Amino acid sequence: MLSATLFAAGLVGVIIRRNMITVLMCIELMLNAVNINLIAFSHHLASLEGQVFTIFVITVAAGEAAVGLAIIIQLYRLRSTVNVDERNVLNG
Amino acid sequence: MDQAMANMPMLVFFVIGTIAVAASILVVAMRNPVHSALFLLLTFLCVAVLFVMKSAEFVAAVQVLVYAGGIMVLFLFVVMLINHRALPDERVLSKFWIGGVLVGLAIFALFVGIVRTGAYHDPSPNTNRLTTVREKYDEETETKIIRKSRWVENRNSEAVGMALYREYLVPFEVASLFLLVAMVGAIVIGKRELSAEEEETTPQFILERAEIEKEVKESMSA
Repeated sequence: MLSATLFAAGLVGVIIRRNMITVLMCIELMLNAVNINLIAFSHHLASLEGQVFTIFVITVAAGEAAVGLAIIIQLYRLRSTVNVDERNVLNG
Repeated sequence: MDQAMANMPMLVFFVIGTIAVAASILVVAMRNPVHSALFLLLTFLCVAVLFVMKSAEFVAAVQVLVYAGGIMVLFLFVVMLINHRALPDERVLSKFWIGGVLVGLAIFALFVGIVRTGAYHDPSPNTNRLTTVREKYDEETETKIIRKSRWVENRNSEAVGMALYREYLVPFEVASLFLLVAMVGAIVIGKRELSAEEEETTPQFILERAEIEKEVKESMSA
């Protein structure tokens, strides 16, 4: 239930915000909701696999945040804006 | 008093869960990205508390260190670097925002439906599955029995480390390779192209210009 609410909030944020940094934050929020589910089921089933998977998810989230923020910085240097709907041109 | 102590985990769960949900909604609602980042930090800390309550202490520590310590510093650093001032008349929401809220509510309703009706609430939930897991562990090698008993003693980080370095060694190495690739990619993407002024001060450029000048002088004198 809590996880569902967090995930829905993150999804809404991804869709409705214009600032690209906030969109990336909402993606982190969704990953956290998934982590809560994994840990809860790991506890429920008395199994360690969920915790190991959560660690991998955290690793992937860290890498994704680093690459995403690098892309945002480079876009800001090129176009001096970080709004999503002005960035629909991929020709450089 | 005893009943109050027995209800304590439930109470903590509701309080922390409410704070986490409110903070996550504020992450989406705040105009200023710095405020969003701080509320995201609050959400991460609440999620770490929930992990501790589900007897996953090691993952909670990793959550605080990596998310609250690493990723949030990265986010705040980028927000400060870009210095995106929230102008009062600027649009914050994209033009699809009504559709976005509707899709979010639909997904939320779907999840609530699944949780209400679905496999979460078996009449006899834990006993069957737990015994099967225990039997599976008992049939396997001795080390896993030791691991299981240690986990019962709540030495969580030791058990997670054992699982990570024994059964999940290959995914662990792949994850380390992934981190290397992500780091190299971030550096390559984030690297700044030299501007025209800065390019004039690089040693290579100065040498090339000196050679060109020498050639020009020789051709003039010839």
